Amino acid sequence: MSGDPASNGRPPAGAAGTGASHATATPAHAAPPPRALPGGGETRRHVLVAVVLNKPGVLNRVASLMRARNFNIDSLAVSHTDSDEISRMTITLHGDDVAVEQAAKQLYRLIDVLKVQDVTAEPTIQQELALVKIRASDSTRGEILKLVELSRGRVVDLADGSVIVEVTGSESEVDAFVALVRTYGIKELVRTGAVVMARGSGSIEEAIKR
Amino acid sequence: MTIAKGDPAHPSRTTAPPGTRRSHVPNDGTAEAAAVERARKGMLHEGRDLKRTRIGADVLCEALLRQGVEVFFSYPGGVILPFYDILGDYPELRHVLVRHEQGGAHAADGYARVTGRVGVCMGTSGPGATNLVTGIGTALLDSVPIVAITGNVPGVLIGKDAFQEIDINGITLPMTKHNYLVRDADDLPRVVAEAFHIARTGRPGPVHIDITKDALQQETRAQHPTEDEVIAGLPGFRPNMDGHARQLKSAAAEIAAAKRPVILAGHGVLHAEAWDELRAFAERAQIPVAWTLLGIGTIDETHPLAYGYMGMHGWKHVNRAIQSADLLIAIGMRFDDRVTGNVRTYAPYARIIHADIDPAEIGKNVAVEVPIVGDAKRVLQALTGLVEAVDPETRADYFAQLAEWKADSVASSWHGSGAWRDGVLSADYVIERIGELTDHEGTYVADVGQNQMWLARYAGFRHPNTHVSSGGLGTMGFSVPAAMGAALGAPERETWAITGDGGFQMTFQELMTLVADHIPVKIALLDNKKLGMIRQWQEIIYAGNYHSANLPGPDFAKLADAFGIPAFRARTPGEVDDAIRAAQAVDGPALVWFEIAEEQNVFPMMPAGKGLSDLIENWGGADE
Repeated sequence: MSGDPASNGRPPAGAAGTGASHATATPAHAAPPPRALPGGGETRRHVLVAVVLNKPGVLNRVASLMRARNFNIDSLAVSHTDSDEISRMTITLHGDDVAVEQAAKQLYRLIDVLKVQDVTAEPTIQQELALVKIRASDSTRGEILKLVELSRGRVVDLADGSVIVEVTGSESEVDAFVALVRTYGIKELVRTGAVVMARGSGSIEEAIKR
Repeated sequence: MTIAKGDPAHPSRTTAPPGTRRSHVPNDGTAEAAAVERARKGMLHEGRDLKRTRIGADVLCEALLRQGVEVFFSYPGGVILPFYDILGDYPELRHVLVRHEQGGAHAADGYARVTGRVGVCMGTSGPGATNLVTGIGTALLDSVPIVAITGNVPGVLIGKDAFQEIDINGITLPMTKHNYLVRDADDLPRVVAEAFHIARTGRPGPVHIDITKDALQQETRAQHPTEDEVIAGLPGFRPNMDGHARQLKSAAAEIAAAKRPVILAGHGVLHAEAWDELRAFAERAQIPVAWTLLGIGTIDETHPLAYGYMGMHGWKHVNRAIQSADLLIAIGMRFDDRVTGNVRTYAPYARIIHADIDPAEIGKNVAVEVPIVGDAKRVLQALTGLVEAVDPETRADYFAQLAEWKADSVASSWHGSGAWRDGVLSADYVIERIGELTDHEGTYVADVGQNQMWLARYAGFRHPNTHVSSGGLGTMGFSVPAAMGAALGAPERETWAITGDGGFQMTFQELMTLVADHIPVKIALLDNKKLGMIRQWQEIIYAGNYHSANLPGPDFAKLADAFGIPAFRARTPGEVDDAIRAAQAVDGPALVWFEIAEEQNVFPMMPAGKGLSDLIENWGGADE
């Protein structure tokens, strides 16, 4: 919901023109500021967790809805949970708080969506994995391997002229590594998108079963 | 001109005697007669083995009957022939053979809007399915419960670009409340039951079921689920019906403090069948009721607290009241752009209570102070219990102001009560007369454009679910087919399709359905030989650049004649009543061709992007 009752700058009911003589006419005082448009606030990165029924087409429904409602998804990671019948999506997107709340409410309209939670403000573990195929010559390979080691990455493939490195970390950690190795030449890059889980013993999946 | 009833030149009129209006089964009740009737209709081959096995198509018929479906609108095609092959075995299911699938979808929509029950339409794969799409979209935007069923190619051919194969499931996905692809007959009982439950529960809407041909043909013993089993199988679908107690309390506090409150009643009040609760609440709190286009009929327009129709072509007094209100109590409406205009300048003094069953509607278009998620009926009941009874005397100044605005707005020259100009027929006069001569007891089905606005403003609605209009999608061609469904849904009411010459030319193929199935729709064709609303916008917003606004039409009397429909014509105000009465006297469909003023505008008008205070009330000095 829009939350702050004073968000529109409108006084509480009855406060404007409460005198009997003013009660019926358009209030004499100056017009209030223009009505705020929902979703016009500051844009930041949000992380939504959606728990959905693992039915055919559910990913399509979520993606289609986000497109149709004009929300731009930054990343979307999907897998099933411990239960084959239930899947979990981690959606990252940019928008102001109200717009993202609207996105969550629209997701709830989907019959196959069980629970949506905006975990942006919560303490969470956020990880994503990237595979980077880096151009590597005999002269640069040593440097690259050193960087990989320092970045807690892992070389998963070594070939003539290239290495494939696996890095895991938060979105910004992966960004940083990619920026670091860009000078050597990135032949291919793939990222899973963030997966996220709230810290502590609470469980979004258990919350559904209740 | 008039065409005599029962004209031998139109033998089709004799094939459907009035007795068949509600059912295919003759009233004498004998199975033999029913069999003869079915055989006559070619639905059952004489030598066909009735002791056949139960197949998917049977399950579909059983499921429809279990849902209380009495009529559906459909068109056959290759992959749904298995269904048509057994349909004759279910004579209690009335099948209306439409002339185009879009007509079937609109008919299901019209049926649903007047009955409050789920409408059903059906078509084959490919083009049959895509033809349904406009009707499904219309139902989505207006939250109308319909179930659209299509056949699809056999499962093994899906994805092979088979004949008449299209990814209809992908097409309807973003424009339905939910959709299904059924490839196994064993799934059909559950899917159909879920589809009806979803379509009618919470915020209503269209559900699409796509069934492969082999699933229709497959033998099955699958049993139908109970409603409890259906609900248990939909853990992600639990609409919240009761408003939150704390929000209801703060709403009541806002209402108690308000000096200039206005209720905004929308379609949700009709969906929740909450018209009595709305009236009780308005009376107790003494708050005037304004309504959206789809909120027409939520309150009797002659009720002292009924204030009027709001928005782009709404009444000036209503928009004035909203713009000066200190509190808006919005029930089951969604602050559509045709209602608010520019949101920045909308209701600048008002705090807003917004009650809707769909949480996503709250805070979507306007920020609100008190959000209430719940069913309109329960929310209104709760609010009525929470507010103090208000003595109308305490609102005397407010009511006096409202009455003054109303008198001013109704008396304006552009209201055009009576002939618009000497010797020319004004559309609002025609609408007013249709309202009067039907005692305001009919069902009135609008098309889209000027005719729709004239109907909304001038017919004078007394009862819920008697106004049918494509509000959200604004689907031209809606009127005649939707009226077809409305007439079958509410046969006790006289059903009038109010259409312009543009929309009429989009779907008049359904005239033949009206004749063949003897559906007594009266059609008021408001013919200005123009796309009137296009012309109006071009006149006012596009500096009179009338591109494609002229719309030559056929001789509509001859057209009706060709279908075997009696046609009457009125070109002057003096001819209006006789023409309407003549159409009313026809036992069956009839058309009245009103040749109205060609350049009449609908005023007031709020240009798109402007605010509710920026109404244009007349133009170019014309005497409107």
